[in-house]
Amino acid sequence: MKRLESNLTNMLLSLTLVTLAAAALLGGLYVMTKEPIDLQKKQKQEAAITSVLPAVEGMTIAEPEQVDGLTLHKAYKDGEWIATAVETEENGFGGKFKVMIGFDKSGNVVNYEVLEHQETPGLGDKMTFWFKNADKQGQNILGSNPATRQFVVSKDGGEVDAITAATISSRAFLKAVNHAYNTIAAAPVEAATGASQQVKTDTIACDTLVVEP
Amino acid sequence: MSKAFNTFTNGLVRENPTFGLVLGMCPTLATTTSAVNGMSMGLATMFVLVCSNVVISLLRNLIPDKVHIPAYIVVIASFVTMVQLLMQAYVPAIYETLGLFIPLIVVNCIVLGRAEAFAAKNNVGLSLLDGLGMGLGFTISLTVLGAVRELLGTGSFFGMTVYPDNYGMLIFVLAPGAFIALAFLMALVNKLRR
Amino acid sequence: MNKLIVAPAPHVHSGDSVRRNMLLVIVALLPAYIMSVVTFGWGALITACISIAACVLFEWLIAKYILKTKPTIGDCSAILTGLLLAFNLPSNLPWWIVVIGALVAIAVGKMSFGGLGQNPFNPALVGRVFLLISFPVQMTTWPLPQGFNGSYVDAATGATPLAAMKQIVKNGNTDLVSQLPDLWDLFIGWMGGSLGEVCALALLVGGVFLICMRVITWHIPVSILATMALFACIGCPEGISAGQYVAYSLLTGGAMLGAFFMATDYVTSPMTGWGKIIFGIGIGLIVMVIRTWGAYPEGMSFAILIMNAVTPLLNMYIRPKRFGEKKK
Repeated sequence: MKRLESNLTNMLLSLTLVTLAAAALLGGLYVMTKEPIDLQKKQKQEAAITSVLPAVEGMTIAEPEQVDGLTLHKAYKDGEWIATAVETEENGFGGKFKVMIGFDKSGNVVNYEVLEHQETPGLGDKMTFWFKNADKQGQNILGSNPATRQFVVSKDGGEVDAITAATISSRAFLKAVNHAYNTIAAAPVEAATGASQQVKTDTIACDTLVVEP
Repeated sequence: MSKAFNTFTNGLVRENPTFGLVLGMCPTLATTTSAVNGMSMGLATMFVLVCSNVVISLLRNLIPDKVHIPAYIVVIASFVTMVQLLMQAYVPAIYETLGLFIPLIVVNCIVLGRAEAFAAKNNVGLSLLDGLGMGLGFTISLTVLGAVRELLGTGSFFGMTVYPDNYGMLIFVLAPGAFIALAFLMALVNKLRR
Repeated sequence: MNKLIVAPAPHVHSGDSVRRNMLLVIVALLPAYIMSVVTFGWGALITACISIAACVLFEWLIAKYILKTKPTIGDCSAILTGLLLAFNLPSNLPWWIVVIGALVAIAVGKMSFGGLGQNPFNPALVGRVFLLISFPVQMTTWPLPQGFNGSYVDAATGATPLAAMKQIVKNGNTDLVSQLPDLWDLFIGWMGGSLGEVCALALLVGGVFLICMRVITWHIPVSILATMALFACIGCPEGISAGQYVAYSLLTGGAMLGAFFMATDYVTSPMTGWGKIIFGIGIGLIVMVIRTWGAYPEGMSFAILIMNAVTPLLNMYIRPKRFGEKKK
């Protein structure tokens, strides 16, 4: 078979057909994979949230809310607020990094998880585990509180040991933790949430009262 | 039969995409931080290469010359998007490490290069073999490069620790090490081929 | 260039050779080396011996078994590379890292381009930068001056004056000004840092000796140091006087070592006077830019390597006058 001649009809026809076929194929595949992709994303997010919060049976996590550019995920048990996971962003050594930090009721850091980063391998990327090393209290921030302990690298006069040879990444990391803590502390989460929670139940109760008779 | 065999081995040795043709350097340098990453990138490219070669070979007489490049690009881009969606859905871990470079397979010279140079002129069977050979050659090169960089950079081989990683030379995980490792491997391959 | 007189044969050999020049540079480095042994003790001795031995050995092995040419170790350039590499390393560096550095300097930096005279980059600096990126922790853990009190492996370490300066410049942390060592200590080299870069006095003596012996010309060192001084003068941070800042900029880090010994390497620097001056200004600027805004506290080795890459371009545009060509 000879190759089709390059006249307008042939060109239009062949391009249209190729594009249509490609579009149909991709459209089908998109619909097919949409569910698993969304599921993956959601699972990843949930895994990150639960891993930084205290392990409590029957804990429910509220819809995320945006405060001051940070994303807060609040955890409740039996309608009572017990902890918050904060998703925050900071400029590190190699660009922006994202970290999820869990704070319990009293403001202590429960755990953290670095979600995305571009820090230097072998130096700044140690932040993914450096600050939760239970063997070295100088660098471990878990279980302590930015209000009672200075979350500043010891080189700058603080009480946390920086990652060896990666002071800039360490500073940025601690800045992210402080930012997250301050955001929670500034908007009095505990009281406010408790109150709104209360109000909500009241309203629901009222609604029910009105509707039922 | 010997023609088919030659077509297949062409991509493996004589015109190896990485060490012979020196095509597709961007993913080669960027994704080979470990053997597994290199291999996944190679396999993803191989899939696109085989599929696009077959489809383009089938359509080669139905596409007028003047519009062949846009048509080929649409075909290649479709397959790349397929790979991207499938990886995202079923192997999210690998998708995350390769992330940015999957869409870039579209502009990988080797894919369009083979479509132009081979699939547009040969029948489906040979094009399939050419895609397989080229893809396999690319995969092997990337895996070897990734393995060397992983071994020197972090002291492990396909994720298994060979020596403690604080003896590893970090530079090999970073971009400059990619160039150094590629240069020495290429020198070695050229020496062996002679 | 007006010293170049071309006459018909017979010519008398001036006695100038690669070997003689290399030996003169080594002699010029000796005062600085003696001072670093005084400052850092055993570490300085061990590191330099390993580095030199490894460089010579690798050059011999590569020449003999890979390139299959006559080994060139007789010209002493490998010894010089080894010594310069050691000068750029902290004295408490583990021995195997020194060996890797020597291998990279000789194999990647020099022999893979074809040996002495063919390498576009200064081999010792290629080795050093390779190590700096590969082993950032070990390469930035500086021993404090301690003489022979400390041992090689676990010498007391601490921040260098350069790191303190970085804080002052970048974060405006003026409290640290008072913590900087006094200028005399810096001048004789009683501070933390790479093995051979600390003693400005000894490096200055060696550099002047090389200029007097016509091994190097004044262009590169003077233009580097003048550019750095000017930059420091203009970009002086608050809380420190300009004069002080200029002095600290020139006396800390690798400024002296780089200006006199690393940047002046024949193979990797431009040939003509103006070329050398532009080369030096480029290095001075890049160093200060890295020191002021960059992530690393010191940028001498990066600056020299970057300008090494520019050298062919400088040689192309600023050519020596052709014989017989008239002045325009």
